[in-house]
Amino acid sequence: MSAEKTENLSWIDKRFPLSETWRKHVSEYYAPKNLNFWSFFGSLAILTLLVQIVTGVWLAMSYKPDANLAFASVEYIMRDVEWGWLIRYMHSTGASMFFIVIYLHMFRGLLWGSYRKPRELLWMIGVTIYLFMMATAFFGYLLPWGQMSYWGAQVIVNLFAAVPVIGDDLSVWVRGDYVISDATLNRFFALHFLLPFLLAGLVFLHVVALHHVGSSNPDGIEIKEGPKGNRWSPTAPADGIPFHPYYTVKDLMGAVVFMAIFSYIMFFNPTFNGLFLESPNFQPANPMLTPPHIAPVWYFTPFYAMLRAVPPMYGSQFPGVVVMFAAILILYVLPWLDRSPVKSIRYKGPIFKAATAIFVVSFIALAWLGMKPATPTYTLLARLFTLSYFAYFILMPIYSSLDKTKPVPQRVTS
Amino acid sequence: MRKWILATLLFLTPAVLLAAETAHLQHANIDLRDQASLQRGAKYFMNYCFGCHSLRYVRYNRLAKDLGIDEVTLRQNLIFGDAKPGDLITNAMREEDALKWFGVVPPDLTLETRLRSPDWVYTYLKSFYVDEKRPYGVNNLVFPLVGMPHVLGDLQGRQEAIVEPPATPGAEPVIKGLRLVKAGELSPKEYDAMVRDITNFLTYVGEPIKLERERLGRYVLLFLGFLFILTYLLKKEYWKDIH
Repeated sequence: MSAEKTENLSWIDKRFPLSETWRKHVSEYYAPKNLNFWSFFGSLAILTLLVQIVTGVWLAMSYKPDANLAFASVEYIMRDVEWGWLIRYMHSTGASMFFIVIYLHMFRGLLWGSYRKPRELLWMIGVTIYLFMMATAFFGYLLPWGQMSYWGAQVIVNLFAAVPVIGDDLSVWVRGDYVISDATLNRFFALHFLLPFLLAGLVFLHVVALHHVGSSNPDGIEIKEGPKGNRWSPTAPADGIPFHPYYTVKDLMGAVVFMAIFSYIMFFNPTFNGLFLESPNFQPANPMLTPPHIAPVWYFTPFYAMLRAVPPMYGSQFPGVVVMFAAILILYVLPWLDRSPVKSIRYKGPIFKAATAIFVVSFIALAWLGMKPATPTYTLLARLFTLSYFAYFILMPIYSSLDKTKPVPQRVTS
Repeated sequence: MRKWILATLLFLTPAVLLAAETAHLQHANIDLRDQASLQRGAKYFMNYCFGCHSLRYVRYNRLAKDLGIDEVTLRQNLIFGDAKPGDLITNAMREEDALKWFGVVPPDLTLETRLRSPDWVYTYLKSFYVDEKRPYGVNNLVFPLVGMPHVLGDLQGRQEAIVEPPATPGAEPVIKGLRLVKAGELSPKEYDAMVRDITNFLTYVGEPIKLERERLGRYVLLFLGFLFILTYLLKKEYWKDIH
């Protein structure tokens, strides 16, 4: 580095901790050297969030949040705006890809016990990010103003009406009208534009918390508690390597693979067989015509299946609503449910492994059931899988302490 | 490797489970690259469908450009009334008239193939049959109680339902299929070809960019494949001293 450059940098460093921040969070942030496939999804989630924000801002330049114009403005973007089709498909594909990435990222947390001490707050910030993501996706789905946009929003907002006593007023307050209408579309647009920036702020907190406690790893052991001293620093963990350049080049490679999968969908099957863009949404919203079958987009269907599975009590759907929200909120207490002496599934016993497998099957099965019309058989299945979904969490304090564990190594294994 | 397989499975499960349930539809077998077919489809659409159905998200000149139709031909053969080449393909039918004549407003057809599928449109246009109980004397196998008359009836001829008596007395009779009882101006083969052209055209208007995006997609994937090799080698180079 030239003397002049160093001088400029020190001018900045006296006023803003630029070099210090770079060192602390990038070049001298020591991540475990044994991170594997599952650790790609953190950086991919940030990449997808950026894609969504950038494409979203560009879409907003041509989109019209008006019940009479919204549908046509989307087709205008698809046909008349230069590269509008690409920006729109990138945004619609990105929404689903974001959820795929986040689900895999969360699943990684379950596998490695990444929610365990000292990462409880890191995990809880993550759950909050997930909640904000769901809200953002829900608001965004109304904007194309297609039949499924409209009726999906109608069903979800009606959930608030199931709240005892204040329900009806609450749902009117959310919609700004007695039905989903132009007023609803306008406020959903405003919120859909706002939330991603709050999401970015939460991601910042998530990364700050991560770099404070350090990254977890497939062995579920703390490299900070192991021996010290590596090639770069005598005080750094021996099993840590600098995030830059090692994980920047590795994540770059992961990002290219991800972009290839993303591009394949975007260019060759942007509706993803009706999963990412549902065919009823190619028809403008019609408040007078209820579609024969209403299902939310795939990433909400596990919770939708739970909602439908719970039988009404005293003529109220409220229990179903409670169960649906509990399914997400229970993630907040997960750090205190796991009593296993080890963190990673690698060293946990057969009961925990079986419980995790049942949990994964339940989640996927519920996602599928949520897309299907509710027949008696499907409802029965949805009930069983709702039970096994919750059993994974509620019984965890028992089975995680009963389970046999394998001895944990002192150092990370490759 | 095992994890890649697991991740792929997790990712693909919904797509496999969602396989279409529309087995009874006939395969339209269209080809978006066949410009002659698209041009014929445009002609048929403007002559037979456009009286009631609009394509209100499509512009005349975009259509002409994509289908290889020059402006003179466009103005003389496809644009009716005082529309300009840059206009959207809307029509003049008033909603209250449409409701009086058909009981429903004929839908805009720009996105019909995306809403229902090309195979559905193809099968629909072939599935009208005589049903004296309906206001226009016809019904449709894939769209029961349809409000639309069989506009192409003179070309196709008359089809009647092959009805099987109900299994239990009093139940609804079951329609097993359709048969042509009076030939039309076109042979069944010619009629199929015509309906295929219309379906092809409607599939094009549903997503005019489809061929272009697939063309671009190949280059993007090629580029990313190349970039992957570079980033893979870069990663390998950096990581060779990590044990």
